[in-house]
Parts: sequence; structure tokens; C-alpha cells
Amino acid sequence: MWVYEKKLQYPVRVGKCDLRMAKFLSEQYGGADGELAAALRYLNQRYTIPEKVIGLLTDIGTEEFAHLEMIATMIYKLTKDATPQQMIEAGMGPHFAAHDHALFYENAAGVPFTAAYIQAKGDPVADLMEDIAAEEKARATYQWLIDMTDDVDIQDSLKFLREREIVHALRFREALEMIKDDRETQKIF
Amino acid sequence: MNEMHESSDHLLHDLMAVDFVLLELNLYLDTHPNDAQAVRQFNEFAERRKHLVAQYEKQFGPLMNFGHSLSPQPWAWNNGPWPWQM
Ligand SMILES: [Fe+2]
Repeated sequence: MWVYEKKLQYPVRVGKCDLRMAKFLSEQYGGADGELAAALRYLNQRYTIPEKVIGLLTDIGTEEFAHLEMIATMIYKLTKDATPQQMIEAGMGPHFAAHDHALFYENAAGVPFTAAYIQAKGDPVADLMEDIAAEEKARATYQWLIDMTDDVDIQDSLKFLREREIVHALRFREALEMIKDDRETQKIF
Repeated sequence: MNEMHESSDHLLHDLMAVDFVLLELNLYLDTHPNDAQAVRQFNEFAERRKHLVAQYEKQFGPLMNFGHSLSPQPWAWNNGPWPWQM
């Protein structure tokens, strides 16, 4: 069960129309290492992960939806006032033709989201290693997105999200150690 | 300061800050369940959150759906602004 809270996790301030940046930000919306992929990956792995880390996967998976909402808010605000002509000029013509101003789960190149981006191996070490890698990849993407804009407000929100990926990676590393400790004491794997 | 006159921004900012502490403690405790001090802090901030939410909702309406927030008359959940409209 999930309950919605009518607020963002962290403020998103957007004062202008910037289609170029909106297109780049799509990478974290519907891309392989984006927030949708993260949320779906962790919440799906919960069912077969050892009991000790179900709480962590539930909590981080839930937080990723809050990040998805922040990215959606950025893209929505950056694109909402754009004319079709501006969309075409910014390389968003194909998006506009299919979706008008609607958001779509696609990456920066316009490739639609696919479940093939995420894995569930049923092996706790393999799954947690994938989760750590996913967080490191998301952190790297956020760094590159920060480098691609000089909008300090967008940078501020992206820096918050980058820091969250660092914390998530740390927690997943700790979870991996917990699993390994169990593995050594129980020798049941 | 009269709490009723706090601006939307101010209250929302305070709530975001407390929620951030709670989230951080929550994730930390998921991998450090025996840290008694952290559990105490978590409970302390959870109490603080209740007061902030009550204050926030009195001015800006229900924060949560499905009965986690009370509604004034008429039904107020549909009222904006939604987070991406603020
Ligand atoms: Fe994350």
C-alpha cells in the first residue's frame, strides 16, 4: 500500500522555458539508470530478497518515486510554455508529434522505457550488486546533467538528487555486507 | 512568532527539513537497527513532524490521501496547487 503526500521531497525552482535541458533530463525520467528504473527495480526485488533488507529496498524504492516526481516537475515546468516551433528547434519535434506537452517515459534520445533495463536475479548478492551499480550510474548521470546547465536553481535540485544516490549506494553496500555475514554464518547458500 | 502567520514557503520548508531527517534516519536504521540513540532521534522527529503537519494542514489543506488527513467541508483534496504547480 502506498499513500501520497501532496508535496515534493525537495524544492524544484524553474523560472524559464529550457527545452534543451528538459530533453537531457528525460534520461533520469525514462532512461536505463533513471528514477523509474530505480523505483521499479528495488520494489520488485523485495519479494525474494532476504528478510533483513526488505525494509531498505521498500524505503529506497519509495524514495525513488519522490525523485521521479521531482524530475517530472522539472521537465513539466521547463516545457509547459513551449510553442511547437520551439519544440522542433530543440529537437523535441518527434516528442511533440506523439505526445504534445505530455511527459513520456523515454530517455534523452527519445527511446521509450523498457523493463529490460532492470534485473531481478533472485540471488541476493547479484541483486544488491546491481543496485549499487545502478546508484553509481545515476550519480554519474546527475553529475553530467549538472555540468550541462548553468541554471543554478536546476543545479541545486540536481545536486540534492546526486547526493541521494551517494547515500543509497552506501546503504546498499551495508546491506550487501549484512547478507554476506549471514551467508558465512549460516552456510546455506 | 505567531505560527498561523508563517508563510506557505516557510512551513513547507520546515516540513521538508524534518522529513529529510526522518528519511535519513530511517535508511540508516534499516542497516543499523541496534543504534538506540538513532531510534530515539527518529521517534523524536516523528513527534515533531506530527505538529508541523497539523499546522501545515490547518492553512493549506490535506497533505495526504486515503484518510491520513482530515478534510474540511467541502472535500478539499482536489484543490491545488499540486506539487508541480507550485
Ligand atoms: Fe537512488
